[in-house]
Amino acid sequence: MSTYSLSDGLASGAPRTSHAPWLATWVQESGAGVAASAAWIAFGLSCLWWEDVGDWSRTHSLGIAAFVIAAIALFGTVGADYLGPAGRALRQRAPWLIALGAFLTLWEVATAKFAWLPLPFFPPPQSIIEVYTDDLPKLLDSVFASVKLQLGGYLIGATIGFLTGVSIGWSRAVGYWVHPVLRFIGPLPATAWLPIAFFTFPSSWSASTFLIALATGFPVTVLTWSGVASVSTAYYDVARTLGAKPSFLVLKVAIPAALPHVFVGLFMGLGASFAVLVVAEMIGVKAGLGWYLQWAQGWAAYANMYAALIVMSLLCSGAITLLFAIRDRLLVWQKGTVKW
Amino acid sequence: MVEAAFAEAIAHAAAGAALDIEQVSHAFDIDGAELPVLSEVSIAVEPGELVALLGPSGCGKSTLLRLVAGLDKPKTGTLREDEVRIRSPHPSRVVVFQDPTLFPWRTVWDNVALGLEAQGILKSQRHRVDAALDLVGLSDFRTAYPHQLSGGMAQRVALARALVNDPKILILDEPLGKLDSLTRITMQAELVSLWQRKGFTTLLVTHDAEEALVLANRVIVFSERPARVKADIRVDRPYPRHRGDPYLADLRRQILGLLGLDATW
Ligand SMILES: Nc1ncnc2c1ncn2[C@@H]1O[C@H](COP(=O)(O)OP(=O)(O)O)[C@@H](O)[C@H]1O
Ligand SMILES: [Mg+2]
Repeated sequence: MSTYSLSDGLASGAPRTSHAPWLATWVQESGAGVAASAAWIAFGLSCLWWEDVGDWSRTHSLGIAAFVIAAIALFGTVGADYLGPAGRALRQRAPWLIALGAFLTLWEVATAKFAWLPLPFFPPPQSIIEVYTDDLPKLLDSVFASVKLQLGGYLIGATIGFLTGVSIGWSRAVGYWVHPVLRFIGPLPATAWLPIAFFTFPSSWSASTFLIALATGFPVTVLTWSGVASVSTAYYDVARTLGAKPSFLVLKVAIPAALPHVFVGLFMGLGASFAVLVVAEMIGVKAGLGWYLQWAQGWAAYANMYAALIVMSLLCSGAITLLFAIRDRLLVWQKGTVKW
Repeated sequence: MVEAAFAEAIAHAAAGAALDIEQVSHAFDIDGAELPVLSEVSIAVEPGELVALLGPSGCGKSTLLRLVAGLDKPKTGTLREDEVRIRSPHPSRVVVFQDPTLFPWRTVWDNVALGLEAQGILKSQRHRVDAALDLVGLSDFRTAYPHQLSGGMAQRVALARALVNDPKILILDEPLGKLDSLTRITMQAELVSLWQRKGFTTLLVTHDAEEALVLANRVIVFSERPARVKADIRVDRPYPRHRGDPYLADLRRQILGLLGLDATW
């Protein structure tokens, strides 16, 4: 009671130092949004003010788009209180919008306007936009091919790795036979198999699927195995005294207890398989983003390369986000898991 | 409501079983050397008795409980539940370990349901899980995960997980050892009332002579490792018992003497 009234008195008795507290609050809440808007206006102006040094068709549209984003940033943050969660999210990201606008302005000026950076190797933003608008079908085909290959190989590798890991962790006999093979073959980078795979498999697509599965399978196997092996025997004791049969011990004790490890394996496998995917596409498969990169390089189409890289990084990041979302769903019982 | 839960639970209750431990010896191999842990232990437990096992730390009490549970086999000697030899674990003999060992990936309800699920009878017997949770007063926490529980609550869930199987022999390995003294006293009272209502045979390992005397109608004192039965003491006192009861105080002095603590206490 006494502390309550004390703090109460302090709050009301504290002298106001600022002459216009609403101004301070406003600057704090919307200042970044206004600055972000200014940065994007600068970007738009940088597009339209000077003539391009090269021949790009999307400069004008890009400048307009920059103004539109500037307007959204301004009204979105100033009026955030009326926009609910979207407004709050925008406000929170305003500093990033400032940085992005400034970076784009600099990029635009340094490439398209004054060519401070050597031109074919450092394409301006509008030429990348041009790729997305004019070369879209080919890019989409590549995305589709990559996703298909990656998804198939990854699912096969993850499934086989998981089953192998559980079997080794559970059965001594399986461990006896599989463990040495795993030790011998596992650490070999999957890409080392590439030359052999491409002439032993009937198609380059099946060869790549195999390699991606291999790259995924190894970490998933090892981590599933270590997860199953490290399950406390106390859990088994409890389950056995309650009448559990061996199948229950595997499915309802070992596997759920090992799941956090399994997800580490799935995460590592995903990273490893991306690398294999790109290399396989560059060398053997005549489709996919890796192939697109290779093709773009052959034509010295640097804008296409950057465009493809951006898409690729979005896809990889999206895949990992998806994996983490699944993990968070399945492992709600864990406290303090890392947010991706 | 709790009364209804009791009635529900009692409907399934089976009375306690007799437990015969006959000339049981056990030893562990540690790096080739043999470590004798139990030496010709014989105890005949009547159906429905609550027997406390006391002994120096590391003498082999938990080992004996694992043998009774059927988790390990003795080197020599036999253990029988109602004249039937114990060879493997069975849900009629359920253990509550010192650590609650709840499955962290299961909710409280799912943890309690474990035994029925493992035996494949959960579908038709879901009400028994609810009744067991009522019994330990944790119905409001059915959807909580173990990391959200306090130590005492977790131990109560472990108790519910055991009781839901209607064991004939309840095996308690220092179940209250890690609880604060207040929770402990409350749970001691709960244990006695549960045991009185359900009538299961109970083996209770404890390191606390007072706890043994407040709860048990028989106290068995073991020697240092390898454990031998040093004394078998009847505690003929009605429940609820008083901690200050001079009769119990006298027994306590006697037991502490057997444990080699007479000078200090
Ligand atoms: N699985 C095991 N392997 C080897 N030694 C063990 C094992 N379990 C217990 N022991 C040993 O047996 C002795 C008795 O242990 P335990 O029965 O746990 O004692 P307590 O009476 O404290 O419960 C201890 O010395 C312990 O180290
Ligand atoms: Mg012990």
